[in-house]
Amino acid sequence: MPVEVKEPSRELSGLDELERTPATETRWGRFASRLWAGTWPKVLALALVIGAWQLVFLSGRWDPWVLPSPLATWQELAAYAATPGYWEAIVITMQRALTGFALSVAIGSVLGIAVARFKPLRAAIGSLITGLQTMPSIMWFPLAILLFKISESAILFVVVLGAVPSIANGIISGIDYVPPGWKRVGAVLGMRGFQLYRHVILPATLPSFVSGLKQGWAFAWRSLMAGELLVIVAGQGSIGALMQGAREFNDAPRVITWIVTVLVVGILVDAVFRFADNRIRSSWGLNQDQ
Amino acid sequence: MSLTRGAPRADAARAGAVVLTDVVKRYGRGPGAVTALDGVSLDVAPGSFTCLLGASGCGKSTLLSLVAGLDGLTSGSIDDVERPVAMMFQESALFPWLTVAGNVELALRVKGVGRAERRRRAAELLDTVRLSGFADKRPHELSGGMRQRVALARALAQDASVLLMDEPFGALDAMTRDLLHDELERIWRERGLTVLFVTHNVREAVRLGDRVVLLSSRPGRVLHEYDVDLERPRRIDSTPVANLAAEITDALREEVSRHAG
Repeated sequence: MPVEVKEPSRELSGLDELERTPATETRWGRFASRLWAGTWPKVLALALVIGAWQLVFLSGRWDPWVLPSPLATWQELAAYAATPGYWEAIVITMQRALTGFALSVAIGSVLGIAVARFKPLRAAIGSLITGLQTMPSIMWFPLAILLFKISESAILFVVVLGAVPSIANGIISGIDYVPPGWKRVGAVLGMRGFQLYRHVILPATLPSFVSGLKQGWAFAWRSLMAGELLVIVAGQGSIGALMQGAREFNDAPRVITWIVTVLVVGILVDAVFRFADNRIRSSWGLNQDQ
Repeated sequence: MSLTRGAPRADAARAGAVVLTDVVKRYGRGPGAVTALDGVSLDVAPGSFTCLLGASGCGKSTLLSLVAGLDGLTSGSIDDVERPVAMMFQESALFPWLTVAGNVELALRVKGVGRAERRRRAAELLDTVRLSGFADKRPHELSGGMRQRVALARALAQDASVLLMDEPFGALDAMTRDLLHDELERIWRERGLTVLFVTHNVREAVRLGDRVVLLSSRPGRVLHEYDVDLERPRRIDSTPVANLAAEITDALREEVSRHAG
């Protein structure tokens, strides 16, 4: 039952009534202007990149079949996007990405909580997790191929290894930095052990968890692309497989088409994470200065 | 947990007393050990309002943590405390992922109170602290004084007979603090709570307390106890409050200069 928020009554308003944020009546106006502020620099940047590309193309440094013009690439992209093969490849790759990411979230969360909770475990593998994070995931492929042959599992193995450390680290640092005042309140309210985790510690790690997820996704996506170029599973026309095929046929417009596609997918997924991050920040009141 | 849940407070049997005997609290060991409290004895009657006053570093907050059971004492004893006790801090420490009502409900949820009952009680408590219209707001949408009202409602939700307050209004401006003094006094009297209130503001202590306990610094000991026999409701700027505050301030100043020199 939403209660109409009246002007605060007299007995409520001390001087500090002044510090409350005023009501947001211009929400839509602010949204539009923020959208515009976020859009025009992107459009300008894109125009500059395409302009530079066109100039390099006109300079004749590379033959047109090696470096096609922006227009030729656009035409290829448009034509290719009209075929089912293009979309099937995206679906196959996204399925792999989501499976790997979901697995990583499950493993990374459990691992993160365990490491944050048990001191010996942290001493044992805390630095190992950070070390793994800095390791280029492509290093794992030779071993993955030996272990799992040329298969989906080999790709999944490397994707998970790439994403788990970031996700675990997100949780660990989130738990480490729970404000002591919050834990004290939990204790005062009579929470012990599991209850304290359920009601205070885990919710408090949310912002850190989300940034861990975001980073984990970036690692998973990179590992996946490396994997698809190296491990080409028969009958699975994934993005990597088709891109490798295009290179073998010297089909430069198609190679660039895939590069652009992967870039766009990356940007879209990043937008999803950013949206989640912003939602949390604004409902927690972490970005009031804007 | 000897309280009968749901029974009206007036009928519930309550001890509400806090008895400290020769309480010593030391942090660390050996030559580097710091004695925060050194033989503090205090007898707090049920339903009374006691203010603990002292310069910073006198172990006022340590004393509250010990009473709350958040920390163990080195020696001595604390008796008759029904735990968990309710406690409020200088920072409201409301959880930003919960609404105002959600924060209050959490105290009830931990105790296993059912959802419908939680809703009802939280609404009641928010009404008590005069924030009925703000149940669905997030903590960051409130002012500092309002956040402390929510923290008070959350503490009341614990339904404990003892309420510990660790400089709860220390970060607020004078006018807001004044209003909250009135509110706190009203709630304390309505509910018959035993309040232990830590502050370094002498006038605030005299405004609120039945008794003001002056603590010395490093190590913390009870220096003086003042009974405040002034008629309620008091005003913080009234002459009797000011006079007693001046007397206590002199004693406090002497104590501080003894250490500074």
